[in-house]
Amino acid sequence: MQEPSIPDIIQLIPLKSYLILSTALFVIGILGVLIRRNAIVIFMSVELMLNSVNLLLIAFSSYKSDPSAQVFVFFIMAVAAAEVAVGLAIIVMIYRNTRTIDIGFLNKLKG
Amino acid sequence: MPITLLVLIPLLPLIGFLINGIGFRHIPKGAVGLIGSLAALGSFAASVAVLLAFKEGGSQPMVVSLFDWIRVGELNIPFSFQIDQLSLLMLMIITGVGSLIHIYSIGYMKHDPGFGKFFSFLNLFLFFMLVLVLGSNYVIMFIGWEGVGLCSYLLIGFWNKNTDFNNAARKAFIMNRIGDLGFLLGIFTIIHAFGTVEYTEVFRQATGLPVGDHVVFAITMLLFVGAMGKSAQIPLYTWLPDAMAGPTPVSALIHAATMVTAGIYMVIRSNVLYTLAPETLEIVAVVGAVTALFAASIGLLQNDIKKVLAYSTVSQLGYMFLGLGVMAYSASMFHVITHAFFKALLFLGAGSVIHAMSDGPGGDPQDIRFMGGLRKKLPITFITFAVATWAIAGLPPFAGFFSKDEILAHAFEHNKLLWGIGLLGSAMTSFYMFRLLFLTFFGSFRGTSEQESHLHESPAAMTIPLVILAIFSAVGGFIGVPEALGGTHQLAEFMSPLFDAARQVSPEAFAATALTHSEEYILMAVSVAVALIAAAVAYVMYISRNAVPAPESEARTGLENVVYHKYYIDELYDAVFVKPIKTLSGLLASFGEFFIDLFVEGTGKIVKGLSNLGRQTQTGSIGYYVFAMVLGVVVVLFWNLLLK
Repeated sequence: MQEPSIPDIIQLIPLKSYLILSTALFVIGILGVLIRRNAIVIFMSVELMLNSVNLLLIAFSSYKSDPSAQVFVFFIMAVAAAEVAVGLAIIVMIYRNTRTIDIGFLNKLKG
Repeated sequence: MPITLLVLIPLLPLIGFLINGIGFRHIPKGAVGLIGSLAALGSFAASVAVLLAFKEGGSQPMVVSLFDWIRVGELNIPFSFQIDQLSLLMLMIITGVGSLIHIYSIGYMKHDPGFGKFFSFLNLFLFFMLVLVLGSNYVIMFIGWEGVGLCSYLLIGFWNKNTDFNNAARKAFIMNRIGDLGFLLGIFTIIHAFGTVEYTEVFRQATGLPVGDHVVFAITMLLFVGAMGKSAQIPLYTWLPDAMAGPTPVSALIHAATMVTAGIYMVIRSNVLYTLAPETLEIVAVVGAVTALFAASIGLLQNDIKKVLAYSTVSQLGYMFLGLGVMAYSASMFHVITHAFFKALLFLGAGSVIHAMSDGPGGDPQDIRFMGGLRKKLPITFITFAVATWAIAGLPPFAGFFSKDEILAHAFEHNKLLWGIGLLGSAMTSFYMFRLLFLTFFGSFRGTSEQESHLHESPAAMTIPLVILAIFSAVGGFIGVPEALGGTHQLAEFMSPLFDAARQVSPEAFAATALTHSEEYILMAVSVAVALIAAAVAYVMYISRNAVPAPESEARTGLENVVYHKYYIDELYDAVFVKPIKTLSGLLASFGEFFIDLFVEGTGKIVKGLSNLGRQTQTGSIGYYVFAMVLGVVVVLFWNLLLK
């Protein structure tokens, strides 16, 4: 029996499940950003949201047999990598200056 | 005629102004006086050269175009100079008397810290005055007209630390603005009526119009309003007596010899237009005669040596306008010339007296009540002053006799009443001038003893111009000896071509005088007799009886009080014009301020209140911003996906 291709494997699971999973991950990300005060955790939550979108793109790409979404995903991953580098650097600098990464203390910029 | 020579006439004073003006406080005093005076003298030399070239060239008037200045549609206003008999005569007066006054100022202003400023302003004045008389159209005349007004303002307020002097300067400027508006409207009317402002073109077109044309009447009246302001005629004369706040050489140059005669120059220049408007001439004559009498009567009781001379100037200008009004244009110009000599001399003499009086501490150095007996201490000043007094009183054979008599003779021919007013004014002139002479130079000194010990004759820089002017005041009249006295009236002959066009439009008005020689003799005898009687009265009052005008504190009664306070004209103007305008503008200002403040400040307050609300949302907490962002995204999605 021939090995099934990756799109086929993806299509073993119904599209609805992907949607639910992706939405769940996204909401978890949002809640993480909203609720947590640790900058690193917020950062991770943002990554979670990004990747939930990636998952959704891949799922749709397989079901529609359209590879362009996969190209998008590669781009998103590359940009995210760059963004992580910058974001982490900012967090490190915040820590060095304030000795904390609790965003509750970063409230100097107000009207 | 070389154009460069012509251009040099106004250019030299301008260069002098620039050097002294830019180098003020850096150029040493000696050089400043030299530069200023050389600029004036150079200009005088150029004027003489131009005059000679003009005579050699057959006395043909010419227009020298320098460049195109304004070209709008049909209207073309070139920047050009006109050389003819009239502008040459004015050139000679301005540069000649101007040079003498520059030299005099070197001595008079020697100790003044603003020496350089003074000379630069004086040069600037010469420049504008020369542009005024050289211009070949009304717009260039207007440049000079405004420029001399500016210089007059600057020089009246020369000692600008004194508020009264500054107010006098402002008064002169504002009074002149009223006249200038009339002048400007006159120019606009000329442009509307003739489509050009060039003298030659305007007058050529005007000769085709009938006598009594309404447009010409409007033009001449408007121009005359300008002349009233500049030449200090009723009702715009009150600035000139106050203008005596300036240094005395300024009074001599600007407020006696040159600038104030600009109005007369303008009328003579526009003689064609005025000849076409007999109604205007009638008004000019009446205004002139009334001013002559009115100002002379004020002069009778003034005690400030310069104020007497100022009212005398207003009065003499009135005579010139009387002459213009009876179409004795060349007689008026004659009086302009002789007046420039003797009035400049009187002012410079007064300056010499003030110079001597102000050296020692004491009362007001200009008040004749504190003078007396100065003839022994200031012999040159005394003799020259006496010559000028003789001349202005109209006594033969000095200059004033010929010119004033010619005007009065023409007035007699035209209207006996005007002649009577003129004669009465002439008697007053003689009285106040001899009163001034006697109180200043005769009797015994009435100032402080310290002042007396400091009395001295002025330096040569001041006395030489006095002597030169005295010579001209004495013999200046001989350029216009009337036929009745065996002369040929060279001045009238010289100026005759100027009136060719006017003669063409109204030949009867220029007909030879109807007076017989015997009538002329009688007229002369009458005016000389009147002047002599007035002088004799002054002699009896101030020498035989040794009377001295009452001090300020003493109460005056009736008419004397009214005249002493200059008929309360200043107070009247203050009450009728100045106060209401001030009140009105104060009201408008407070109204305007209220509404504008309401609007402007209201806008500001609303913006500030709203932004105060807005800034409450900027808490600085990141969690809050993220929540707001998520909420925003949810709202947008909700809107797009569910509501649409």
